Amino acid sequence: MSMDMSQYLDIFLEESGEHLQNLSQKLLELEQHPDDLAIINEIFRSAHTLKGMSSTMGFEDMADLTHHMENVLEDLKEGRLPVSTLTVDVLLKCLDRLQSMIDSIRGGGSPACDNSDLIDMLGHIKGGGKVGVEQENTVPDPMAHPVDETGWNGFCELLNDYDLDLIQEAFNRRLNVFYIQVVVSEDCQMKSVRAFMVFKALEEDGEIIKSEPPAQELDEGRFGEEFQIILVTGIDEVTVISRLHGISEIKVGEIMKLDPSMSLDSLDMVEGTGDVHTSGRQEERSDSAPTSAQEVSSTRRIRQTVRVDIRRLDDLMNLVGELVINKGRLEQIGSSEKLTELNETIEQVDRITTDLQSVVMKVRMVPIKQVFNRFPRMVRDLTHELGKEVEFHIEGEETELDRTVIDEIGDPLVHLLRNAIDHGIEVPEERARLGKPRKALLKLTAHHEGNNVFIEVTDDGRGIDVNKIKEQAVSKGLIEPVEAEHLEGEAALALLFRPGFSTSEAISDISGRGVGLDVVKTRIGALNGEIAIGSQKDKGTTFRIRLPLTLAIIQALMVEVGDELYAIPLGSVDETTMLQENEIKMVQNQEVALLRGGVLPLASLHQLLDTPGQLQLEEENYIVVVRKGDKQYGLVCDNLVGQQEVVIKSLGKLLTGTSGLAGATILGNGKVALILDVNTLL
Amino acid sequence: MLDTETGNLTDRGKEEMQVVAFRLNAEEYAVDILSVHEINKMLDITRVPRAPEYIQGVVNLRGNVIPVINLHQRFKLGEFCQTDDSRIIIFKHGDVPAAIMVDQVSEVLGIKTADIEKASQVYSSLDSELIQGVVHIGGRLLILLNLGKLLEE
Repeated sequence: MSMDMSQYLDIFLEESGEHLQNLSQKLLELEQHPDDLAIINEIFRSAHTLKGMSSTMGFEDMADLTHHMENVLEDLKEGRLPVSTLTVDVLLKCLDRLQSMIDSIRGGGSPACDNSDLIDMLGHIKGGGKVGVEQENTVPDPMAHPVDETGWNGFCELLNDYDLDLIQEAFNRRLNVFYIQVVVSEDCQMKSVRAFMVFKALEEDGEIIKSEPPAQELDEGRFGEEFQIILVTGIDEVTVISRLHGISEIKVGEIMKLDPSMSLDSLDMVEGTGDVHTSGRQEERSDSAPTSAQEVSSTRRIRQTVRVDIRRLDDLMNLVGELVINKGRLEQIGSSEKLTELNETIEQVDRITTDLQSVVMKVRMVPIKQVFNRFPRMVRDLTHELGKEVEFHIEGEETELDRTVIDEIGDPLVHLLRNAIDHGIEVPEERARLGKPRKALLKLTAHHEGNNVFIEVTDDGRGIDVNKIKEQAVSKGLIEPVEAEHLEGEAALALLFRPGFSTSEAISDISGRGVGLDVVKTRIGALNGEIAIGSQKDKGTTFRIRLPLTLAIIQALMVEVGDELYAIPLGSVDETTMLQENEIKMVQNQEVALLRGGVLPLASLHQLLDTPGQLQLEEENYIVVVRKGDKQYGLVCDNLVGQQEVVIKSLGKLLTGTSGLAGATILGNGKVALILDVNTLL
Repeated sequence: MLDTETGNLTDRGKEEMQVVAFRLNAEEYAVDILSVHEINKMLDITRVPRAPEYIQGVVNLRGNVIPVINLHQRFKLGEFCQTDDSRIIIFKHGDVPAAIMVDQVSEVLGIKTADIEKASQVYSSLDSELIQGVVHIGGRLLILLNLGKLLEE
């Protein structure tokens, strides 16, 4: 086909990426559950789709590599080849290669790539299974399928017990199962295309579980004038027929609805005594794997989604931001004009804007799965490399976060996971000596809490030795020995986040390449988030990250400092309070106040922000109590203006990174107010 | 943009370029019109604490927050005094927008690139990086600024 495919390139890149992701995930699952047919099946399907896609796009090297992968997968599926680490390794390597080819295509590079090394490896794995090799070498002769055995009777003998399983399962789920013989007209020029269209039309809400000749040969057009399929679907016979009628150059030779009684007959006929065995496996399948019926419904759901360029969503978000700003302006006018009708309209606008905003925010939300997905592979490779044994658990991967946050959180998490495996988790021998299970547990969890998402990385490794940290901090001159004596618990652990700190004495390739936890902290801080450590010696370590749901619009407290207005993100505000002058004391040249029995260090925003005027402590002083890490501070300001929704705008390249500022926002009156970043302000 | 960035003048010796001429105190300056995005009356400037001294603050330009550079401060020309003639010139360098405050925008002039004397020969001491050259036009002396360099600091 000489069609211009460039317009499909984006979709191809996107979807092939997803398939690769899915493949690598499922391969890892398969390694854990080598007997799960559903997983093999899923892998097979993904690989097959990938092959079809790449060959349609004309990326022959990709198609070729996936084709060879498929051969190995077929052997796995048919049980001719056991699932071994080697097999999974080689298949994963193939995925890496495919990924790099896709990356190269995305970068506008050549899709061509010499994959003979991997193909040799795949061939080597297959090696034992001579059957496969023969299959590959013989070009199947269309006439090899006996002509006189066409029709259902001939076909049903080709069904293996796996197919029968699927059929039986479809019956259990009250889905229709059809045997269809499709006849392609003699003068058809592109048989493979017709076959593809048949598959496409039927798989819209069903699944073709078996075809003769196999799908691969149909794809390549290696068949005679007809082919036969078994379709599992929710739609009825009439719909199936009318769909097929919509495709030119083909007609339906024979269609037969299979029903349970009939299938059992043929099952007996074909399988003889294989009954017990078959049903036994069905039970296994039905509770361990996504069943074809679920798949059918999930395909239906996926079809209702639309892919949208993320930049359009960003534009939409910006426009909503503008709307919010102007709504604020309207509210100001409304409050000064005091027109009932105007105010009612403004209320309406307010409600609509709020709804619109929340819809747009939801559209921009992506499950954190997108980030978590790549970790199982990384953890597997790392543990192998370091000779450790780790069981990796992911929880809450469906937790949703704004895309802007998702984009940024990947690297810090990689760092934490690497740290955990490299430094936290002991080698199996050491664990055994300590009376722990040889296999360490590494957990990555995410969950919602109010307007925040919490992500935790927990290991049950050796934990962090507080004393060792203090020693190291002192020897590196980060703190004074006297200081070290007073540091305890979390405060001592927080030393890890100081720049220039690395606990591992031997710097390994995995972590400790000069960048440390301080970078992680900075990155998370830049997202308006926080990170905390908890650790118990020999029990393990937990890193807890708090992130705001979104970065685009936040609730903020507006405060007046002199005649300037600043916004403090509500996320870092604990409370506001009013202090009498005599409640403020001086301790070691630092102004403090007693707040609910605790000592609250005070800082003047005037001083922190070098405002032209000077703050005079008055009889009554407004204090905003903010939280930085696990400490509270009181910011003294002139006036509290109120809580407001603000749209965060970047300060631009010239000013980003200015300490104490998280960004800017535009107020209802069109003026710019700066958003304070408590972490860097103090 | 274009050649104003590189300051490469030799290739286009005979070409003309259009510049926006403006005044800072008593001195006349000019910038390539291609880099100028728009010229505005003075806007409300919000001071940015802890920012470099030559940054006067930020303004809201139709929903975008843009930094304003104080050239008086940058060139040590004394205080900037806002008058009715004061303007803000918004320019873009690559994708980065920024603005400068000027005392008055006088006109748009066509100059021959051959007439530009290289900065290093004229002003050896004063920020020769920022100054692309000097142009003599009818007894006037225009200092041609390289706005891109201003942002690269």
